Amino acid sequence: MVEHRPLSDFIAYAILTLGVLIVAFPVYLALIASTHDAATVVGGHMPATPGSQTLENYYRAIFVGGSRTSREPVANMLINSFISAIGIAVGKIFISILSAYAVVYFRFPFRKTAFWIIFITLMLPVEVRIYPTYKVVADLKMLDTYAGLILPLIASATGTLLFRQFFMTVPDELLEASRIDGAGPFRFFWDTLLPLSVTTMAALFVIQFIYGWNQYLWPLLITTQDSMQTIVIGIKKMLVATDELAEWQLAMATAVLAMVPPVAVVIFMQRLFVRGLVQTEK
Amino acid sequence: MEKSTVFNNKLLPYCLLFPQLVITIVFFYWPASQAVWQSFLREDAFGLVSEFVGLENYQTLFLSPAYYAAMLTTVVFSISVGALSLSIALLFATQADKNLKAAGPYKTFLIWPYAVAPAVAGVLWFFMFQPSLGMLSRPLRGMGIDWNPLLNGTHAMILVVMASVWKQISYNFLFFLAGLQAIPKSVIEAGAIDGAGPMRRFWTIVFPLLSPTTFFLLVVNIVYVFFDTFGIIDAVTGGGPAGATTTMVYKVFADGRLGGDLGGSAAQSVILMVIVIALTAIQFRYVERKVQY
Repeated sequence: MVEHRPLSDFIAYAILTLGVLIVAFPVYLALIASTHDAATVVGGHMPATPGSQTLENYYRAIFVGGSRTSREPVANMLINSFISAIGIAVGKIFISILSAYAVVYFRFPFRKTAFWIIFITLMLPVEVRIYPTYKVVADLKMLDTYAGLILPLIASATGTLLFRQFFMTVPDELLEASRIDGAGPFRFFWDTLLPLSVTTMAALFVIQFIYGWNQYLWPLLITTQDSMQTIVIGIKKMLVATDELAEWQLAMATAVLAMVPPVAVVIFMQRLFVRGLVQTEK
Repeated sequence: MEKSTVFNNKLLPYCLLFPQLVITIVFFYWPASQAVWQSFLREDAFGLVSEFVGLENYQTLFLSPAYYAAMLTTVVFSISVGALSLSIALLFATQADKNLKAAGPYKTFLIWPYAVAPAVAGVLWFFMFQPSLGMLSRPLRGMGIDWNPLLNGTHAMILVVMASVWKQISYNFLFFLAGLQAIPKSVIEAGAIDGAGPMRRFWTIVFPLLSPTTFFLLVVNIVYVFFDTFGIIDAVTGGGPAGATTTMVYKVFADGRLGGDLGGSAAQSVILMVIVIALTAIQFRYVERKVQY
């Protein structure tokens, strides 16, 4: 930097520390609430330090479920969330790397048309066509199935654009060399292009895993059985079902469990995450 | 940009495109066209009879005060969330860009809320500000404010805005920081040699050079406020009290729920589609060119 003033550094640390505290505070409260018993939390005088009910609360949340209404244990919701998040991430990578390969490495009639058909989907999130999509999924008998949770959400252009962009940066000489060696489209894809794309795939996986894990409106609409619920909608239902008598300590334990996988992904795979975020959006 | 060397297979490219095209057509184009078609129909409550009514759904919509209320709510909500999350994120990013020794950990601790689901963020904030048990409601009431987001529309809006801003800061921070780090240090040094202080340098050099990032974030934030905040609104207020936090997207959901007014809901979907397409077009056509690089 140009000038180095101790005061300016001090202000920077002060502002950033304040920022970190504000950002962390709601989650800290949720953590604390998940360690107390129901009466302490509902009483409105919850202490700012952890209580003694941690194991019991998490045990009940994960394996038993709430007591007031018959509800699913969170373990099952976590499994559903994992399956749909991984399904969305893998599915999107699979269909988009193939279509990007076709668009970049082949010349065929309607190539531009196909690209535009895919590209336009970028603009319209599932929220604006929610009921017609629901009807399609219902007609295909996919309500309350993993296919119904996954397939409609992988119909988007982000992945295709990302892989197209990446393939464009792969030197033409690689393809020429492979062809001289007698490699066809399958060999070239499998032996050359796929190994080069690993980082791009990983970055896309991280972003799509978070996207899939955090879905709310779509699973809310198409799951009617409790056994198919994902954890994100499970929390909401815990609070709605019993209103004033909501078991907040269990809801907060569930909220913490719902945050752990995606937040861990962001913290431990930060480089891939940042890369994926910047590349898919720009 | 095109590749100069390509494969000549005739059938293979179509096979490669097939999975994505099928999924896109079945789950995207078909429902989207259904939405357009449905917006011209009136269905009875059981979905048994539907009748072509032309533009009647749109007419009803534009004559209904509730729709204008939702538009106004959307505007207030978007501007508040956009302005607050962008300016707070810019403040954090400029501080983190100061070559601090501990900038790395601070960055990590500021970006993780991106991973929190909107609905979960909503639940967390509702827990803090729930009128009877919220940790932060008591001090508010101690100050003589009759805090109750369950009954007071303004309080509900404030709560939803806070939760949405909290969730969006991390994203904006990340992009602002990347934008700041891409500005060549020599330009800033030149400003310093000419005697410009830190504030002057920021407003006359850094901020204009940051404009591509800012405009990009502006568009992304509008889309965020429109769609991704659905989970927050549903978890915190459910659109209430008395529709005070019902945005246009929320209204699409609420009006069509349980097979209610499907035609009206579809007409609203179509209007939203037009708005989003217009926004994206603006982003591609104008923003890219008019911004100073």
